[in-house]
Amino acid sequence: MGPVADVEADSVDQACAEARPSFKTLAREHLPRLLSLARRMVGGDAEDAVQDCLLKAFRKYDQLEDPEAGGAWLTSILVNCCRDRGRVRSRQPAAIDLEDVEEFSLYRKIALEDPFPYSDSLHLDFLAGFGSEDLREVLLRLPELYRIPLVVVYMDGYLARELADMLQVPLGTVLARLHRGRKLFERTLWEYAEETGLLREGVQR
Amino acid sequence: MIGCHEAVRQLWEYIDGTLDTADHERIDEHLGRCRRCCGELEFAHELRGFLRHGRDASLPEDSLERLYRTLDALEEQEQ
Repeated sequence: MGPVADVEADSVDQACAEARPSFKTLAREHLPRLLSLARRMVGGDAEDAVQDCLLKAFRKYDQLEDPEAGGAWLTSILVNCCRDRGRVRSRQPAAIDLEDVEEFSLYRKIALEDPFPYSDSLHLDFLAGFGSEDLREVLLRLPELYRIPLVVVYMDGYLARELADMLQVPLGTVLARLHRGRKLFERTLWEYAEETGLLREGVQR
Repeated sequence: MIGCHEAVRQLWEYIDGTLDTADHERIDEHLGRCRRCCGELEFAHELRGFLRHGRDASLPEDSLERLYRTLDALEEQEQ
């Protein structure tokens, strides 16, 4: 083989290497994002859930056909690890009243209760009272069945259809959980604000 | 024509674009004549922005460190 062919062979090798990173390279790149996602999906179990995810993903890395999709592939494995952890713990609070929640409107609640009488942007002031730790706490109060869709779709920007594929459930199931999850989320924001005094501190924060 | 109750129930789906055309148009029509539901819609957008921007600012370094070490161990196992 002449020098020209060698150069070509090298560049082909290089192209392949670029197209398929080592598992470690792929996982390192996504690790902070995965940990952040897991913290919102399973709270204190996040590190264990990411460990589960890394071990599983490592074992089946050869099944990843499109390296470009590596991030979504890892997310999908993590989401399932988090769901499985939720199932084992089965800490679905039976006390949550799902009948009432359908009627709840945070927008109306804030307008009616008028927590910051001197504000002319009530609704924004209400949300501004929540730091990222408060938000995480609110999410963790929701049953994991509803929390995972909210986190994956509304925080991380995946489509409902993509989440349905990840969880291998029908799209309608994901849409119904998103709907109910949003309502629960709104009500839990209000309850949390009442309990922790965010409403009193209000605009000062 | 639909009322506020029905419109509010479907607002997020309306924003998501997951409603069928007929339902979407019914909400459009309702929003065109209901100020309060426009407020609901605006707040729904704000809530979504709030969620989207609510990701952790910082991660626990010790957790990350242990996870990076797991990756090192997996790589060694492979070689």
